[in-house]
Formats: sequence, structure tokens, C-alpha cells
Amino acid sequence: MGPSIHTVLAVACASLFSGIALAQPLGLPPLPVPADNPQTPEKIQLGDKLFNDKRFSSTGEVSCAKCHDPQKAFTDSPLVTSEGINNLTGTRNAPTVINSAYFTKFFWDGRSPDLEDQAQHPIINPVEMGLTNHDPVLNIVRTDPEYIAAFRKAFNKEPLQVTMREVQQAIASFERTLISGDSPFDQWYFGKKQDAISEQAKRGFDVFMNKGRCVSCHTIENDHALFTDNRFHNIGVGVNRIQADIGTLAPAFLKAKADGVDVDKAVLSNPKASELGRFAVTDTLDELGSFKTSTLRNVAVTAPFMHDGSLKTLRDVVEHYNNGGITQKTDPVNDFLSGGIRPLNLTDQEMTDLVAFLETLTSPQFAAQKQASLNPASCNVSTASAASSTPARMGGAQP
Amino acid sequence: MSETLGRRSFIKNAALGLSASALPMTLVELAFAKPEDSFTFAYISDSHIQHIKGTQFVRNWDRGLIRAVAETNLLTPRPDFTMFGGDLAQMGSKPELDHGAEMLSKLRGKVYHVMGEHDYYLDLGEYWSKLFGPQYYSFNHKGVHFIVLNSILTYDDWTFNRWPSAEQRMVEMSGLDNPNGSPFMVGDKQRAWLAKDLAKVKKDTPIVVFSHSPLQKIYKGWNFWTEDAEQVQALLAPFDKVTVFYGHVHQIQYNQIGNIAFTSAMATAWPWPYPQSYAQAQQLLPKLTVQMNRADPFFERDATGWQFIDINSGRADVSFSLYNNTARRIVFDPKSGQPQDTAYQAADQRIAPQTHY
Repeated sequence: MGPSIHTVLAVACASLFSGIALAQPLGLPPLPVPADNPQTPEKIQLGDKLFNDKRFSSTGEVSCAKCHDPQKAFTDSPLVTSEGINNLTGTRNAPTVINSAYFTKFFWDGRSPDLEDQAQHPIINPVEMGLTNHDPVLNIVRTDPEYIAAFRKAFNKEPLQVTMREVQQAIASFERTLISGDSPFDQWYFGKKQDAISEQAKRGFDVFMNKGRCVSCHTIENDHALFTDNRFHNIGVGVNRIQADIGTLAPAFLKAKADGVDVDKAVLSNPKASELGRFAVTDTLDELGSFKTSTLRNVAVTAPFMHDGSLKTLRDVVEHYNNGGITQKTDPVNDFLSGGIRPLNLTDQEMTDLVAFLETLTSPQFAAQKQASLNPASCNVSTASAASSTPARMGGAQP
Repeated sequence: MSETLGRRSFIKNAALGLSASALPMTLVELAFAKPEDSFTFAYISDSHIQHIKGTQFVRNWDRGLIRAVAETNLLTPRPDFTMFGGDLAQMGSKPELDHGAEMLSKLRGKVYHVMGEHDYYLDLGEYWSKLFGPQYYSFNHKGVHFIVLNSILTYDDWTFNRWPSAEQRMVEMSGLDNPNGSPFMVGDKQRAWLAKDLAKVKKDTPIVVFSHSPLQKIYKGWNFWTEDAEQVQALLAPFDKVTVFYGHVHQIQYNQIGNIAFTSAMATAWPWPYPQSYAQAQQLLPKLTVQMNRADPFFERDATGWQFIDINSGRADVSFSLYNNTARRIVFDPKSGQPQDTAYQAADQRIAPQTHY
């Protein structure tokens, strides 16, 4: 744990959300910051600029923000799977960047260990930003006067001293500011405000904690809730589609990997290989078809769901679990299903209640954003963020 | 270990992965002086397929066996055969044995079977034998002499004269800490057969014996026990290299007695002992007085598993595939002359206990 500089991103109608919360958001733990990449206003501001720079793609049209759009709770909802250069689609649904500062592994299969490492990969993935290597990025940051000044300020480095390490550190620092709690659930559960959520949502919480078995992976602690165990589970999504092929696919993938095939490229461009999940990273049979438990914060504004975006609504998700890891009751259960997944026998009412509970996990700024996007005339949505301990204004970097 | 998959380090990582001992799938044939003598086989045990009624079976036990079979089929290189270690059924009924046999039929290649008490005490092995053949037998494979024993027999008086019904006999034998139970044994008849079978085998031929109960005495109350274990061991004593595999205990055990190396198998159904917390729904776990503090009760597969075995130089290298846990290997160490866990060794070399949360 490094020093915790808690910043809050506010994306909201000013009229709805005029006071920007400066304290640690309710429901979140202290922000983990790596010792070798402390948060500074200069670095955060630089990271924001890098995050939004479309020049780091082969077509000059795709930035990080294309799939992690601040206007869409840092996803590309409602796309099923993300669109990179030339509208090429990958195999996976863009997870939100919000609260990713708390994750311990990155990408749906956890193939990256931290935010810093993660940031480099999409730039050179052929279906994402499409560069063949990182040289064009370095060219830009070493020659663009704004970047030269910004890297001097943030890292005290001259242009030729700037490497991808600094680029990645800056992006990661920016992403660490995108934390968000204070949801109605937080107000109720941690803030003890009895009327913060409805009676129906409270019943849904009981399902979440007990009969629904949700909390075993989407964890809640005494004083905070990240709604993820940062682990990997085969829950019968995606893998169900490749059941007939696993016998040949899994050994063939391992062989290709041993021969030098790049996992990052293979899993995003080959739909069947993608569904091998974390097995593609660790080679362990126990993780065949497993993907990372995603957080449930803001889940109501980030549809569609699951690593492949295959479930459209929260009701669909709840039914998939209720069926014991199959989307349609008549589908075959996959052989490698996690031992935690089994039919739940929830009633229709219990499932409705559970969905109502999940809808209480949206932070106010994203609830407002969603409301505004449904009714654009109601107010002007702008991106703005502020840091509690710094005077820097970090938002508004839309190119 | 291979969390970081930077492009440049990727090939290196993959190579490291292949040499890592804990991998359940290996693409590399281990090199031995005589490569033709080296082979692997898979070992699945204690599935306890349990009939509820009609076409309903306990889902948890079904999933355990289905998963072990599917994973075994992915092993590369392919194992030469699969051994099923007994207790395919829970109450020995025809529907249970049929259902289990159907799931096992998806295994590629030859499957051998060991009789477990849960398969036996309803009809004294009659239907099991129809499906799987003789209850004790031997075969040779690539220079190794394999022997399968039915070690779960008991005194005739208990078996034939004690119980008003076959169903009750089955129930009584399946209980733990049951004063009405009776110790397992191989028995005179089979030991006579074993002596005759071994008479044909050269003393330097590696011998691998499968039984359901341990051919050693561990805990009588749970029948982790074979009453005539010493007499069986005496028959095996003249041979240079003997390995005994057993199921029944649903946990990892290994031991060395004289020239005999013992290694147990994990169950695909549940671990002994196991937790009863976090039920929320009918679990159908047998009643138990001692709780387990090791397994994660949410993940029904936790603390279950299966194993594959590398036989080289006539000694066994057992890899346990354990769900939600780090894989473990029990390898015969020629220096100390006994099997050793490659991770949990002498007290000063032990790794910390496995934790989930």
C-alpha cells in the first residue's frame, strides 16, 4: 500500500451532483498504490491525456477511451464485444475501468498482473489499436511539445529518456483516480441510511447473501465491498459453446503456445481459443473456461454482461446462475463447471428482487450519466474530475 | 508464475511452464534410460454416484466424475490406461453402477476397475462383476506387474448371517464409526491366489498393487484399514520395487513400509473429513462427527481431485490434480527410499498451508 490519494471522478449533471465528494468514497477500501508509482497530479493529468490520445493506434482513430468511454461508465456499452481499429471486433466485452485500481489481475483471463502492465497490450493488439510495436507511441511522446513538457513535469525525464514504462505508469495513475462508491447500497449498508434502498432491494440483498450464493465470489467485507474475489471461475459462459471442440482445442492451443504463439493476440482474435479462458494463461485444467469475477459496482449501467457480452440483461444473468451455469434450461452443462455453480431454485420473485438489489450498486455520478443519456435534453453531461488532495483539474481531456 | 506474458518473455515462460512439475498436462515425455519402459496412467477413484429416485442422481457427485473424466481425456501424452479405484456407487445399486459406468464410458482407452465396499455390499459384487469383470486379477504392462485385489471383504458371519436385508448390510458397512461395522480384509482365498500369482514373477520386476482400502492399518473406525494387511505385505516383501495404490480415504496419504511404497487417491466426490457448513440446500453428505477446516465448502469440488501416475524405473510419480488448490506430486525418492511430497517435505522445507481467503 502506498500513500492513498483519493480522487473522485465526477461525471454528472452539475445540478444533480454539484458537490464533488472529496473523502474516500463510501464502500471502498483505501486505494492501493504501488510504491514505485506514487500518485501525483502531474502524472495523473498526463495519464488522462494518454488515455484519450487516438494517435496511439494504426488508424489514428482509436484511443483507450474508445472502448472505455467516460460517457459510458468507462465501457463501450451496449456493444457486445469491443470494436478496435477499422471496426474490427475482438472476442471480449470491455470491462469498466472504474474501480479497476482494486483488481489484482487484469483482462478477463488475468493475463496481466497490474494496471501498468495492462496498459501496453491493447496498443499493439491487431484487433484493438493495431500498432505492430510501441515505437510510434514513443515517437509521439518524445516529439510532441505538450508531451515533452508533461513528461518533464511528471517524471523529470528528457524526451529520449521517456520509455513505455513512464507511459504505462502515467496511464495507470490516471486509472487509479477512477474510483467510485457511494451507491445507494453503500448508503444503506455502510452508511446505515435505512431508506437508501427499497424494501425489494433489501429482499434482493438477502438472496444475494444466502440462497443466491452470489456473495461467495462477489465479496462484501465488514467495511467495504469490491464485489469481486479477484479469482477465476468457469460459470458456463462461452465455454458452453466450444464443448465439442475442447478435446482437440485445448491440447492444440498448448502446443501452439509452446511453439511461441502470443496468448494476447490469440485469445482476442480466435473466438474458440478465447473461450479456453484462464487455461490459456496458466495451462491448468482446473481453469479451463474460467474468467475473472467482475465487480458488480455500476453493473446496471454497463450492459451487456459476461466476458463475451453474451447476456443482455441482469435478469438474463440471474437466470443463467439460477439454471446452474446454463443460459437455457435445456443446454448441456459443461464438464469443467466450477464447483460453486449449481442450480439455485430461486423463485421468480427472488430473481426480480435480486436484480433490484444489483441496481442499487450504481454510484450517483453514473446513475446521473445514464439518466442523462436516456434523456439528453435534461442536462448537459460533461466529463470532469477532481482530486481531493491536488488542485489539478484532470478531466476534460477529450481530444 | 506465468502471470506476466510480455511478448518477449512469452516463449521463455511457456518453456518454463512445461518443465514445471505441477502441471497437470505435460507435453514432454520424461526421458529415461529405457524410454519404452516409461509410461503414465490415470487414476480416478471414489465417485460415490448416488441414486435419489427415477432418473435423479446427486448432482455434486455426478459433476465430480464428469469433470475427472473430461480432464483425463485431455492428458497429453495420453495415459496408457485409466484405473478406477472403487466406490463408483454409493449404495451399490444397479442404477448407480449403470450411471457411473455410462460416465466412465467416455474415457478414451482401456479402463480397469477396483471393487469398493459401496459397490459390493448390496449384492456382494454380482452386478459390478457383470459390468466390469473379475474382482481380483493381474496383468503385465511394459514390464510392470499390476495386481488388483478386492480388499473390502470381511468375516463371513458378518456378511451372510447378521443382517435381515441386503440394503441394511450395505448401510451398515457404509457408516463411519459404526459399532455395527466390520473390518475389511483380503481374505484367505485371495491371499492364496496372490501367492500363486506372485510365484511366476521375477523378484526385480516392478509390482504395482491396487486395492480399495489401504493395505496398511491407519484407522479402524473408518476402515482406513485392512485386517490382514501384514499378511499381504509379507507376500509382497520379497520383491525389489512394490507400490500400493488405494482409494477409500478421500485424502492424500503416503507411507513406506519395508519395500512397499503406499500412495492414496483423492475422491472425485467429497473429501474426508469434510465441512457441513454452507449447505443452504440438501447436501446428501454422509453424517460425520469430525469437521474439516481445510476445504472451501462453497466450491463443491474443493479438496477433491484425481491423479495421474508416471511409472519410471518401476517407481511411481503421482500427480494430484486438485480443484481450487495447487497441484501436488508424491514422488518416490530413491535416496531416502520412500515416497515424498515434492512440496511438503521436512518441517523446515514445508510451504505454508494453502489458503483461499
